Amino acid sequence: MRLEPIAAPSHARTLGLPALAIAATVLVAALLAALAGANPLQTFGLIVKGAVGSKFATLETLNRATPLIFTGLAVAVAFRAKLWNIGAEAQLYAGALVTVLIGTQMGLPGPLALPIMALAAVLAGALTLLGPVLLKTRLGVDEVVTTLLLNFIMALFISYLLEGPLKDPMGMGWPKSPALPRDARLPRIVEGLRLHWGFALALICAAGVWLIQTRTTLGYEIRAVGQNPQAARFAGIPVGRVLVKTALISGGLAALAGFSEVAGLKGNLTSDLSPGFGYTGIIVAMLALLHPLGVVVSALFVAGIFVGADSMSRAAEVPTYIADILLAAALLFMVLAILLTRFRVVRG
Amino acid sequence: MGPKDPARDETVLRLSGITKRFGALVANDEISFALAKGEVVALLGENGAGKTTLMNILFGHYTADEGTVEVFGAPLPPGQPGAALAAGVGMVHQHFTLADNMTVLENIQLGTEPLWRLGLGRSAARRRVARLAQDFGLAVDPDARVGTLSVGERQRVEILKALYREARILILDEPTAVLTPQEAEALFETLRKMVAQGLSVIFISHKLHEVMAISSRVLVLRHGRLVGEVATRDTDRHALATLMVGAEIAAPEPTQARPGAVLMTLDRVETPPRGNRPGLRGVDLALRAGQILGLAGVSGNGQGALADLISGLEGPIAGRLRVGEAEVTRWSPRAALAAGVGRIPEDRHKTGTIADFTLTENAVLESYARPPTANHGWMNWRAAREAAQEIIAKYDVRCPGPETRIRLLSGGNMQKLILGRVLEAAPRIILANQPVRGLDIGAVTYVQEQLIAARNAGAAVLLISEDLDEILTLSDVIRVISDGRLSPEFARGEKTAAELGQWMAGQGFDHAA
Repeated sequence: MRLEPIAAPSHARTLGLPALAIAATVLVAALLAALAGANPLQTFGLIVKGAVGSKFATLETLNRATPLIFTGLAVAVAFRAKLWNIGAEAQLYAGALVTVLIGTQMGLPGPLALPIMALAAVLAGALTLLGPVLLKTRLGVDEVVTTLLLNFIMALFISYLLEGPLKDPMGMGWPKSPALPRDARLPRIVEGLRLHWGFALALICAAGVWLIQTRTTLGYEIRAVGQNPQAARFAGIPVGRVLVKTALISGGLAALAGFSEVAGLKGNLTSDLSPGFGYTGIIVAMLALLHPLGVVVSALFVAGIFVGADSMSRAAEVPTYIADILLAAALLFMVLAILLTRFRVVRG
Repeated sequence: MGPKDPARDETVLRLSGITKRFGALVANDEISFALAKGEVVALLGENGAGKTTLMNILFGHYTADEGTVEVFGAPLPPGQPGAALAAGVGMVHQHFTLADNMTVLENIQLGTEPLWRLGLGRSAARRRVARLAQDFGLAVDPDARVGTLSVGERQRVEILKALYREARILILDEPTAVLTPQEAEALFETLRKMVAQGLSVIFISHKLHEVMAISSRVLVLRHGRLVGEVATRDTDRHALATLMVGAEIAAPEPTQARPGAVLMTLDRVETPPRGNRPGLRGVDLALRAGQILGLAGVSGNGQGALADLISGLEGPIAGRLRVGEAEVTRWSPRAALAAGVGRIPEDRHKTGTIADFTLTENAVLESYARPPTANHGWMNWRAAREAAQEIIAKYDVRCPGPETRIRLLSGGNMQKLILGRVLEAAPRIILANQPVRGLDIGAVTYVQEQLIAARNAGAAVLLISEDLDEILTLSDVIRVISDGRLSPEFARGEKTAAELGQWMAGQGFDHAA
């Protein structure tokens, strides 16, 4: 058996296969729920109810989706240029760190604080990805390795700061930073509802990325470099410079996830600020086929599954791991579906 | 030894009703023919006519939808690579399949004998190879590393390898594409010796004069069908060309050139070597307005280095490059475009276009950053689409529309889009690197006519080609490249193909230097 490329995939393939992938995911999840001794239909019902069944649940899902939109966009932008940024996690923490530093140490006046924190966070995330990209364009070092390893370096560095210089003296010994002052917190969109402006910022970023990709020369350059660097270079597109610009955007977006989590939700920095938002961003971006507006949808979907599974496992006796398995299965089936839209399997 | 009558001779290979479909495309449509012992049959057809598919079926890389293959009277099991080899069919591919870091002898033994035995039985193998080499005129040093051999010598190793495996039927896929005329003649001599000893040869080509020179029978493929089967002595080049294309064709006839000012000058330019391919070694070159300079040479002698230099991908490490009177200091693809250099790259799939981009996106690949396509960083897609539509209409690009992905186009239409993109920028200097390779004859004529028209309009054209016929037809002046050096300039008609062949083989350079 081998794969044969399909020149022009039919609609049946481009639409039918992803639908089939979703169906297969649901089937796998149903089997798992049954294996855990629960009624699959009831389990699904509980997940959906837990994700969007009440105003509280829905807001929780939107909150959870916010960092995923940022990291999903970061990955989608980079992957479009075939720049394999696996380090959104590190860039997220870089953004969170700078947010806390400026918010707690500089004592900026109210209206200035948030924009400066956000800009500084973007800069920090962009610089975190700049190193690996320069190593790639100058020396040909594989960015998968460098960005991945930077995640661990950053995690340990944050850990050190939280145990040392940045430790909150009032924190009862817990490794966490001091809290941001009130002026440096993102306000809620509607008073009384637990949803902050970080979510709106994420939506604006998604629209912005979409504009860049479809309407600007930079977006055109990024796609050209991603699809065929050799032809791009021949046509006079400065490949290295385009990759650097892509990295600055990607790193900045991932850092905004950290900014928004700290300034919008948590108020301080801890070493468990992100339960792998940077990595989950890869799933979000892949499920969205790297489309920036699709990232919003898939981030909501992924967040809904996490939130719903949490609440479901409290009600039924199904472990919450089912959310991870569900997402992993969804990703694998989706990747397979994408492959099969472009290739057909032939025998001999 | 004259051509034989296949009906009376022993049939060694028989293909019956071979049909292969790829989706809606019928690559092979009920092809049947027989190969007799001791004959050379030429398989003639344009790119995409189905020659390669047919050979892939014979070698088990594809399974035919219908039809059977018989070798020496026994049916060949379909879809098993290796079955044909075992049955005594050998193939010499266009791109060689040798290990560069091993010696000739090791390469010949490789795959024939178990790995652990490679070291053993070497003297016996050496004797056999020496005898085969002598019998068939395939002189090559058995202890030389393949990486150090010339292209012609590597081809001899491939043939020796097939013979060592006791192939009785040898298939050669476009074997002369990489050879000088003299090397091609030596190859033909070898083939004649082989058929004299009862071997059979299938010679795949699209070059008519070679087919006339070597074959006893010609099979013509067109659009997957066998459209003609003629004895070579009963036909001529013109009749074969008509059969191959399905219509009468006329080669372009350039008018008298009126050369003008020198638009680009290379002054003792050196570029670094790449792998085992030479860079440019002290190259002087002047491209004049209103003139086509044809660069002949065997593949891999520095053409790539020269093309990369002129297209801006690489700068000289020594010597000077001047555009007009001004010396170039910062050289890049963008600088080359700004200096009025239009570039038709050698590989239209990998370098000239982006396969998953639409025609519109590909049409503005070199001009996207300037008005009217872009304004202050914002794309104007309507202007881009209009530019694409203009190229499509003016250069007769056959396509469903400007929003089609370019990967769906045929090579000829892809090349027309590139040609349009280049010519619409009104370049003063045009680099055309293998502009018609792999195109069907209609597209070949079209592209060549456009190049002549650009030259008549005052452009300086540098035509790089491995096809000596093309060089001789189109060029106003000819230079030959060999091992990174350029021959002196020859006027149109000054040298014959054979004389140019000697330069291509590297003779004459030492006296000139």
